Amino acid sequence: MPTVTYAGTNVAVNDEGFFTDPDQWREDMAPEIANAAGIDTLTEQHWQVLKFMRHEYAEKGTGPTVRALGRTSGVSIKQLYQLFPKGPAKLAAKIAGIPKPRGCI
Amino acid sequence: MADNGKIEKVSIVISKGSLEGIYPGLIMANGARAEGMEANLFFTFFGLDAIHRGRHEHIKLATVGNPGLHLATWAGGFPGVSTVMTQYLSRKMEKLDIPSIPEFVEMIADTGAGLYACQASVDLFGLSKDDFVEQVKDIITVGEFYDLAAGGQIIFT
Repeated sequence: MPTVTYAGTNVAVNDEGFFTDPDQWREDMAPEIANAAGIDTLTEQHWQVLKFMRHEYAEKGTGPTVRALGRTSGVSIKQLYQLFPKGPAKLAAKIAGIPKPRGCI
Repeated sequence: MADNGKIEKVSIVISKGSLEGIYPGLIMANGARAEGMEANLFFTFFGLDAIHRGRHEHIKLATVGNPGLHLATWAGGFPGVSTVMTQYLSRKMEKLDIPSIPEFVEMIADTGAGLYACQASVDLFGLSKDDFVEQVKDIITVGEFYDLAAGGQIIFT
């Protein structure tokens, strides 16, 4: 199992770089993961989405798909793709330290 | 294609006008964008109905000569059967939070995918840009489509 170091701590990730144990995530790791994924700064809107992803994961055991994100996070689909250009649900899940959401829409 | 073999761009052709003929292309385009891939949608022949203002809310399931539906052709041909089956399926899709075709097309455009209509089909059916929803970027020829699709995969549906 590959590991990566964020904010001074070693965490276990899968081949795609997603956290295998979401409990290892801490907020101060997010900017580093975001940087590695090509996002230079996490704005308040970014954080709104990240917090929503962790919340959904905690409640439902899985992160939301893009559609669900666009509907319930308070951020529109257009904005989501501006904040996270390479696939919002996938990228936000990675930065939020939760597994990649499975869903077709 | 990226060094790791991942697809970076897809251009999807939608050529059919039935419910089951249109959805796969839309789902693939939306899915591509969600994976960070560039995506284009090219509507041709009856696929134009999916982006046609007057028709995109009335797309039906094909109930005649559709072996996948497991419905006898004579039964599927009765007046109203197509409408009823379409409504039935649409309700099921709603429960799964699958958007309607107009909503889906809008959503896909919001993700930044390019939506195009086929020039030849537009000429054939006597249509113009005004007939289409505002999300359609342009009416293009097949050659222009190939230019757009360059460097990526082409999926025909």
